[in-house]
Amino acid sequence: MGRVAMEIVIGQSQTHLLVDIQKSFGHAAFQLIASFTASAGFTILFGASGAGKSTVLDCIAGIADPDAGRILAAETLFFDSSSRVNLPCQLRRVGYVFQDLALFPHMTVQANVSYGISAADAAQRSHVLLSSFRIAHLASRKPGEISGGERQRVALARALATDPRVLLLDEPLAGLDFPTRSGIIEDLRNWNLQHQKAILYVTHSRDEVFALGERVIVLEQGSVIADGTPHQVMAAPSQETVAQLAGFENIFDATVVARHEERGTMTCQIGNIQFETPLVRAEPGTKLRVGIRAGDILIANRRPEGLSAQNIFGGTLTHLRQRDVIMVAIVNCGLELEVHLTLAARNSLALRAGSEVWLIVKTHSCHLMRTS
Amino acid sequence: MDWQAFWLTLRLGVLVAGVLLLLGLPLAYWITYTRWRWKFLIEAVVALPIVLPPTVLGFYLLIILGPRGLPGRMWQALTGRSLAFSFGGLLIGSILYSLPFAVQPFAASFEVVDRRLLSASAVLGASRLRTFFRIILPLSISGLVTGVALSFAHTLGEFGVVLMVGGNIPGVTRTVSIDIYDKVQALDYAGANQTALVLLVISFLLLTLVYGLNRRRWAAWPWR
Repeated sequence: MGRVAMEIVIGQSQTHLLVDIQKSFGHAAFQLIASFTASAGFTILFGASGAGKSTVLDCIAGIADPDAGRILAAETLFFDSSSRVNLPCQLRRVGYVFQDLALFPHMTVQANVSYGISAADAAQRSHVLLSSFRIAHLASRKPGEISGGERQRVALARALATDPRVLLLDEPLAGLDFPTRSGIIEDLRNWNLQHQKAILYVTHSRDEVFALGERVIVLEQGSVIADGTPHQVMAAPSQETVAQLAGFENIFDATVVARHEERGTMTCQIGNIQFETPLVRAEPGTKLRVGIRAGDILIANRRPEGLSAQNIFGGTLTHLRQRDVIMVAIVNCGLELEVHLTLAARNSLALRAGSEVWLIVKTHSCHLMRTS
Repeated sequence: MDWQAFWLTLRLGVLVAGVLLLLGLPLAYWITYTRWRWKFLIEAVVALPIVLPPTVLGFYLLIILGPRGLPGRMWQALTGRSLAFSFGGLLIGSILYSLPFAVQPFAASFEVVDRRLLSASAVLGASRLRTFFRIILPLSISGLVTGVALSFAHTLGEFGVVLMVGGNIPGVTRTVSIDIYDKVQALDYAGANQTALVLLVISFLLLTLVYGLNRRRWAAWPWR
């Protein structure tokens, strides 16, 4: 039996969300204990599928019950195992946009949006929401008769109609094209300017993390493994798992050889070659992992001179193939490195398998990670 | 054509279908959504009339509803009349006999309603009752019609239970199927044929309605 325990504090005073829960599953091992704070606005819950993101949302909404812990939103106690509080789902007033949207197929857009509003002001409030999400002209259509992007807007408007204490979005924009997606996000941002709600946004898309992100929490195997701004978390991961999620094509075992405090760098041994890397708190002899993005490596067809970069290695291009609009090259320089370059670069350098090449890696393109 | 038997059968069928609609909906709801681990026992009991010979069901009902059974004695003490060989007894027997024909289509149609819709309804503040009437029922219309039509049709055609519990009292318990049997016994083939044909046509129309409705969701009418 595994367990999930986490603590998330989002927002200040009224828009406060605190989650500190444990949940066991019969089939998988989860162990997670963490805490966060952030202001009202978007907080992204990032992780691969099966990381426990949706379970966290279900527990906040009251669809699933944690085994133990505490959930507090907008100064309302939702769940507290120590005082045996478990507010029914119906009374939590949480806005939840499900991954599959779960629009009521037999109701019109209008009826869907006003479903959670008491009869007295249903018409007026749903009209305001329909207009601010640009779906007023669809009011009498059914979900099956409108486009995917329109359905997402309906689901958002429906969730916001109850004036929720907190908004939970489970991959709400998956499968939409970029302009549709950014349009919806823009409308949601505008809405939240006035309402100042905590918005917990689940995604496994890197692009969305950077597009939305004030703050990102990385969840893996039911545990929070990183927390910070998208740039902090995604650009300099401290755990290898994040690096893989964030798309490092090259990940190697490394050993710290020497520290150069005066230049702010270290020398690390990777295989039989030495790299200069940024300085981190690690003594010589420490085992680390190094991640290098394939797109961060420069390639040259003769030994470059007069460069600031310290990591310059000669090697042989062993494989070259095209993937979409980039060329993927595998270069053996005592270490196999994947390098991405443009089609134009391949042509101007006249590269082919067997070519002798030089690789240039900037010190700060080497991302160091603890081994787990 | 024995119109007395015909109207009696029709009245029985409508009453059975009506009672089963009221009784079957909560029962089907419970069967669909309960997490009780022994639920399969209840499901088995509900399904029994499908496999049991009607005479077996009728025999036990006769014992229970008769002066030897507790319910029968209580009814007798309350009303001064016997349940066995009465229209009331026939109604109880028919309800039990047709129970699975209502409950199973109801439960099957509840089962296919996406659970996420129920969660969405609850998150939006709707009570279980509101969720049932606003989400589950509208999305289960074809199952409801199937259950009501099948229990009605099944009641029209029952024979064994009627004979055991109701006997053959004209105007009280003589249904169409008993009437046909009687006519054949009396070698009145023409009369039997007439009644049988009426029953055949009604059953066919009902089943046509059921299959037409279930042909495709939300496409109840062929011309739409």
